Parts: sequence; C-alpha cells; structure tokens
Amino acid sequence: MQYAILDTGFSRSFPAEHALLTGAAKDLKSARVVIVIGEHAGRHAKSLKKWKDKAAVLIELGTESLGEYTGEGRAEEGSNVLGFARFRLGNAEPTKLVELVRQPRTGDAAFAAAKEVIEGAGLQVAVCGDFAGRIIDRLVRPYYNAALRRLDEGLATADDLDTTLKLGLGYPEGPIALLERTGLAHHFDVTQALYEATGEQPYAPARRARVAKSRMATVKIA
Amino acid sequence: MTIKTVGVAGSGTMGAGIAIVAARAGYKTIVYDTRADALERARKQTAGFFAKSVERNKLTQEQVDQIMGGLSSTTKIADMAACDIVIEAVFENLKVKHDLLAQLNKVCPPHTLFATNTSTLSITEIAAGSGRDERFVGMHFCLPAQLMKLVEMSPGIRTSDESFAAAWAFCEAMGQTPVRTKDNPGFILNYFLVPFNNDAIRLVEAGVAAPADIDRAIKAGLGYPLGPLELLDLVGLDTHLLVAEALYASTHDPRAAPPALVKRMIAAGHLGRKTGQGFFKYAGNAMFGG
Repeated sequence: MQYAILDTGFSRSFPAEHALLTGAAKDLKSARVVIVIGEHAGRHAKSLKKWKDKAAVLIELGTESLGEYTGEGRAEEGSNVLGFARFRLGNAEPTKLVELVRQPRTGDAAFAAAKEVIEGAGLQVAVCGDFAGRIIDRLVRPYYNAALRRLDEGLATADDLDTTLKLGLGYPEGPIALLERTGLAHHFDVTQALYEATGEQPYAPARRARVAKSRMATVKIA
Repeated sequence: MTIKTVGVAGSGTMGAGIAIVAARAGYKTIVYDTRADALERARKQTAGFFAKSVERNKLTQEQVDQIMGGLSSTTKIADMAACDIVIEAVFENLKVKHDLLAQLNKVCPPHTLFATNTSTLSITEIAAGSGRDERFVGMHFCLPAQLMKLVEMSPGIRTSDESFAAAWAFCEAMGQTPVRTKDNPGFILNYFLVPFNNDAIRLVEAGVAAPADIDRAIKAGLGYPLGPLELLDLVGLDTHLLVAEALYASTHDPRAAPPALVKRMIAAGHLGRKTGQGFFKYAGNAMFGG
C-alpha cells in the first residue's frame, strides 16, 4: 500500500535510515496512508479532517494520548487515525516493536492498512488501546522503579540483582545494567509522565532516576 | 566444614530436583519423605531425567549408575542423622516446616547445617523453629532445580557467617550460581516477578491490550524469552495465586495482590497449560491463537 511520510522534526521512533522511511512515496496527496513522524507530529492534528479519506493516518506518539489530537467523547471516538510509537529504551537503538494505538471505534480497514504498512517495513505490531504508557512502559516502569528502590535498600548488590533476573527468567540484561546503559534520566522522564497521567505510586520516579535527571540539568548549566 | 552427605526433606518437584543437583555433583544424597508413594514417584522421575541425560550425551550410563548408586530415599527421619546438610523443600507453611525441623534437630548431629528452599516465607522465622538458627540458611532453588543454575541465598538474622560461607561454598561445589539476598519476602526473583505478572494481568483486565499483543510487545521490545501471560499459563494460575497471596500477606504491596481476574479464571477452570486453557488455548504442546 502506497504511503507517504510527513516529517515534523526529530523522531524517537525513526532517528536514522529505515525501510519505512526509504519505502515511502513522495506525494502526500496520492498516498493511501499518511504517517506523521517527529516531535511536532501533534501540530498537524488540524490536518486530520483533510485526510479523512485516506485509508489510515498514523501519528507518532510520545507519552501523550492519541485522544489529545483526535478529540474524545463517550468512549465512542475512533476514525481512520491511529497512534504509534516504536519502542525504545532511552538512548538504545529503537526495537522492531511498534505499539499501534487504536481507539474504541477505530475502523478495521484503517487498522489493517496501518498494520500492513508497518509490517511491510519489517517491524512487528502490538496493538493496544489509548492508555498512558501503552503496553511496555505501563508494564515495565514499575518493575524498574522497584529494582532501583530495592538496590538503594540493599536487597542485593547490583550484580546479584541483575544475575538473578537474567539466570532466573532468561532476561537478556538485568534491570540495573539496562537502565544505566540506556539512561536513567530517560527513565525519569517516562515515569514522571506516567505518574502525572495515572497518579499511581508505582510510577513515581525512583530516587536514582531523579538524581540522574538532576545531574543532567546541573551538567548543562555548568 | 566438609560436606559429604546431603539430605533433602520433601520429595515433591523441588525436592526431587534439588536431590538430582546434589547427587549429580557427587554427593551422597538421602531424600526423606513420610510418603513412600511420593518417594517412589520421585525415584521414577529421577531415573527418567537421567535416562534423557544419557540419550542427550550429557552423561554416560556409567556416570548415571554411579550417581543413582549414591542417591537413596527413606521414610525414616532417623536416617537423616548421616547428613552434613539438610535442605528442606516441604509445603510452604511455617508450622509444617517447624514440625519437620524440630524432628530433624533431634536426629541430626550438631554440625549439620539446615537450609530451606522456601520461596515466600522468612528465613529468620523458619530458623526460629529449627533449634539451630545460627546454622540455618535460605537456599532458594529455581524451578526446575535440576536445570536452573540460580540459587538465591539468604542468611537469617541469627545465621553465623561461618554457616553462610559453608552453605555458599557447598552451593558452588554443586555447580550452581548462588546470589546473596536479604531475608526479604520473595527474595529477588519472586519479589519482582509476581507483581510484574500481576501488572500484566491487570493490563488484560483493563483492556489495554489482548494477551497475545502484551506478550508480543514484551518479547519483541525487551527480548524476554517468554511473555508474562504465557509464563503464567506455564506456571498455572492456581500456583500464581498461592505465591501472590503469600507475597501480599508479607509485603502489603498492592502490586503483589492477585488481580480479581485470577480467581475468576481459576473458577472457570482456565488454569493454564495444565487444563488446556489459560490466557491462551492449548492442544497438546501447541499454542493457538490469542
């Protein structure tokens, strides 16, 4: 299916060359699917009506809800517009996983078109509702916070925490090594946004993430 | 101290697995259980396990014969007097463990170390009923013990450094990988895993995503070998409920509390792989749909 990309600035999902970018058509008008990527994707929300005849319109999301752009009402919202984000932890390379956000009344044809385009670029799709944190962040951030808190409380050394979760569950990397490699400050950003969105304590950023974020600001000032 | 003879009290899945680990490492190993039928079942499972080890060229028949020659079972607790260490792997109930340990304390010599394979109870609380709390350590093996290298080791409040060091050295001598953790509910593995799995169930309850999408996201996004919902199906929802209730009772962490959906699924007979349906449907070992 022919698709085109509207690039609005730095994209966390596609920061570098990718088959999805190189496979896009140039002409937005004739494309059946429009993908809006980049940090200012939301600014094009007013264009959504203009694209109502497209098979699907995909908007790259950060920590915000798709409903902020489409509007919502009576849990009956839904159109040809879907949200998406390619999962990426901090500074790590983006993964092959795209979380595709649909609303209660999102059309099946729009969903199928979006899925076809994403999978056609060699990515995997996990579909979810329009919830804060979608699937992965919603699930793993409380676990990462708990690991950081328990490290502070001396449950075990960082190495023993990581070794236990790797050997016991087959995780490729333990939580402490993973967060320190990919950026604790980014974990702070995500958990702070989730904590504000949900008001739930398990999302409150762990002390070590707060320190990393604070040091990043200090370093910039210095 | 030198450990030559290992006792395992309890011949369920964990006890049988731990006995395999000890016997395979060359220790004379005695498995104690009050139920002769349970010992016989464990013996057959152990023989089956070692037969596969020979088939897969991991061990020779000669080696297996030698290992099995060093592995015995008994329904008489007095036979445990020969042990330098006894690892208990009986039902997760403090009174049951205290009753057993009090009997073992009478028959075992003073130098014998006691260890518990508990996954959710406090080492210090179990040790308090053992009659030898300075010579008592937590050694939590992972399921299946005969395949998993990890052992979470915890000292109780009164455990002596010498006892802990001896148990640690014994664990390494068995070819296992010990990690040290505080005497804390769920230690490391269950402390993190049970709430994580509960959170995954809550995602299903809340309609955030379907089980297959949740598992796909976690596997593709984080590289985990199993999604949380297929793991729960493998463990069994009934087993998960027991562990979650025990963890919640000792931590009062809301994330440890089993979600309502767990009890509804159990009531519906959707326990996981063992009943053919959990979060996914199964026929034999094949997974469908989702």
